[in-house]
Amino acid sequence: MDFGAIFSAAFALIVGLDPAFLAIVGLSLRVTLTAVLIAALIGLPLGAALALARFRGRSAVIVCLNALMGLPPVVAGLVVFLLLSRSGPLGPLGLLFTPTAMILAQVLLVLPIVIALTRQTVEDLWGEYRDHLRSVGLEGVRAIPTLLFDGRFALATALLAGFGRASAEVGAVLIVGGNIAGYTRTMTTAITLETSKGDLPLALGLGLVLIALTLAINAIAFGASRIGARYAG
Amino acid sequence: MRDVASILPLDVRAVAFHGDGRRLVDSVSFQLPAGGLTVILGPNGAGKSLTLRLCHGLLTPSEGRIAWAQGAEGRNRRHAMVFQKPIMLRRSVEANVLHALAAAGTAGSERRERCRTALERFGLSERAGQAARLLSGGEQQRLAIARAWALRPELLFLDEPTSQLDPTATGQIEELLAGLVAEGITVLMSTHDLGQARRLASRVLFLHRGRLIADEPAAEFFAGPASPEARAFLAGELIW
Amino acid sequence: MTPAMTHKKPKETTLSTTRRLLLATGFSAALTGLALAQTPTATPPAASAPAATGTRFITVSSTTSTQDSGLFGHILPLFKAKTGIEVRVVSQGTGQALDTGRRGDADVVFVHAKAQEEKFVADGFGLERKPVMYNDFVLIGPKADPAGISGTKDIAAALVKIAEKGAPFVSRGDKSGTHSAELALWKVAGVDLAARKGAWYREIGQGMGAALNTAGGMGAYVLADRGTWISFKNRGDLTIAVEGDRRLFNQYGVIAVNPARHPHVKINDGQAFVNWLVGPEGQKAIAAYKIEGQQLFFPNATQAGA
Repeated sequence: MDFGAIFSAAFALIVGLDPAFLAIVGLSLRVTLTAVLIAALIGLPLGAALALARFRGRSAVIVCLNALMGLPPVVAGLVVFLLLSRSGPLGPLGLLFTPTAMILAQVLLVLPIVIALTRQTVEDLWGEYRDHLRSVGLEGVRAIPTLLFDGRFALATALLAGFGRASAEVGAVLIVGGNIAGYTRTMTTAITLETSKGDLPLALGLGLVLIALTLAINAIAFGASRIGARYAG
Repeated sequence: MRDVASILPLDVRAVAFHGDGRRLVDSVSFQLPAGGLTVILGPNGAGKSLTLRLCHGLLTPSEGRIAWAQGAEGRNRRHAMVFQKPIMLRRSVEANVLHALAAAGTAGSERRERCRTALERFGLSERAGQAARLLSGGEQQRLAIARAWALRPELLFLDEPTSQLDPTATGQIEELLAGLVAEGITVLMSTHDLGQARRLASRVLFLHRGRLIADEPAAEFFAGPASPEARAFLAGELIW
Repeated sequence: MTPAMTHKKPKETTLSTTRRLLLATGFSAALTGLALAQTPTATPPAASAPAATGTRFITVSSTTSTQDSGLFGHILPLFKAKTGIEVRVVSQGTGQALDTGRRGDADVVFVHAKAQEEKFVADGFGLERKPVMYNDFVLIGPKADPAGISGTKDIAAALVKIAEKGAPFVSRGDKSGTHSAELALWKVAGVDLAARKGAWYREIGQGMGAALNTAGGMGAYVLADRGTWISFKNRGDLTIAVEGDRRLFNQYGVIAVNPARHPHVKINDGQAFVNWLVGPEGQKAIAAYKIEGQQLFFPNATQAGA
């Protein structure tokens, strides 16, 4: 099969809006966006709190967090699998092989990124704003909304980084999702499957969508950092 | 305006501050009644900035106490501070003022009005929507003062507010400060600029190596201070 | 600038506020997790009876050959149309599929390794093993045929030649049914793999499709099930080298997971699927599945000793 045939077949699938194809793309977006949202809800306040807190072992926590940013997706998948399996501690929830399990695994991957980058951003801003914020009565925890809002562009970039990491991974969602047709099949797991079946046009079509998505994310991140730089003066 | 008991006079009693294994502020005592512009004068490292921060509550004294006539804690502290380098949030000019008002617990409807008044009073209305950090140094410091003024403080602390500004901007700020005093706001500011102190001060607190060497009305101090360190300082000799 | 500008807030205040915030965050995380489990996207775990809300489904762990060949894509919609039960297939190697059944993460196991299946039942994880269908294995190899075995009908002799010549050979290496069959064939051929294994024998630890891709890329021989081979689209230089030997026979069996072991499994719906598979309708559906006019799987549920 020559490259030309593969490429044109791939484009045909994208343009033709094949329903199975759209379902796969839709699920991928749903899982990853939900994971990023949850990671943001948990990670932004946690990262900010960590930036302001001082306690014994704080440095160790920060080092571990930074290391967790590079947690191999398959490992995250394995951990969630062992937790959610019927034979595992959270078995009664019956969440294995569902999109929920995939979201949980991806939260594990995105959360360290959000917390670590939020901590860095908020710590830097606090160093700069501390005198003024304390002067107007915003001490400790009460300063967090101000710090998070003023760091919005850097934090948005952090969330986009998290989204990029989650949308690109296959190890975690494959293990905990099971790649069930029409239910837990995402772009990355579908590419794995179709490649192993030798169905390259479909695999490539999905790959092109994934690349386009990554490009879009990076463009937005770049734009956000440019706007942020302007506001920072 | 509501008839609220004043937080002044401020009573600073034998306050000391330890740091770096030394007494950076050493047994400083003075009273600050309402009215006038008091200058804390002294060479670098004298403890001027530390003293202001201790009074404002940004630092806790290691010894002694800082007492206000009426409780000035919590969100309505009724004293505000402007720093040497203006701290501008990454927002617009008016958002900076609104933020300070919100932090102080001002009701939403009142915030907009007080912000507008503050920007007008300090000639920043045209810049309301601009990014605050893109303003010039002088404009930023003006905004910092406007922001503090919007909080309706009885006492305004300023830590070397013009040391980073050019002469024109310095002059503008000094005019503004004089205007504030005329309005009835008490001002306590530090400077190492003798000329500025002569122009603005009604009272001088002279610090040297953390100790309060002189506490006199400005006219007397500049005519001829008692202490040798103050005389040397006035003569332009370097002492620290 | 004067030194020591740090504020000296009493340490306890900062820490307790932070602790409170961390606790609050932990709580919201837990709540979010619980909320997620209840969202419509995650179907609530249903009992055997059809749920009042949500889809009715069972989880079947099966091998990659049944999926990669497209069989499930053909027969499962027929089952759903008949019973309204959706079958969610998790495709893994036989070893992993049986393990999934052991852990209770599947309701039905559908693999092709008779010895392992019987052990599964004997150990009490499955109710009963029922034969479903068979297909055969074929030895795939490069057209260049370095071992000189193309077109022969004796698998044992062919394997001996491959080992002698050291011709490249790709093994699944993943405890799958195909892998078990491959190892059994080496034994039958009298080749002691442990002793003779060399750089020519490559274990990749992946599924059938990946093995075929790899063999094509390396110009190697590989044992594959005919079903996957027929539907495999990336053949490149590969072709069938040896076929037709009776020892290449590949039997599939289906087992419902034992509810005594895992009370939550959907035994009624799972058993319905098993019965349909071995019953006349399921058997007919299996026989009807063809690719390019060729039937892939041959139903034999009624065959004794299968």
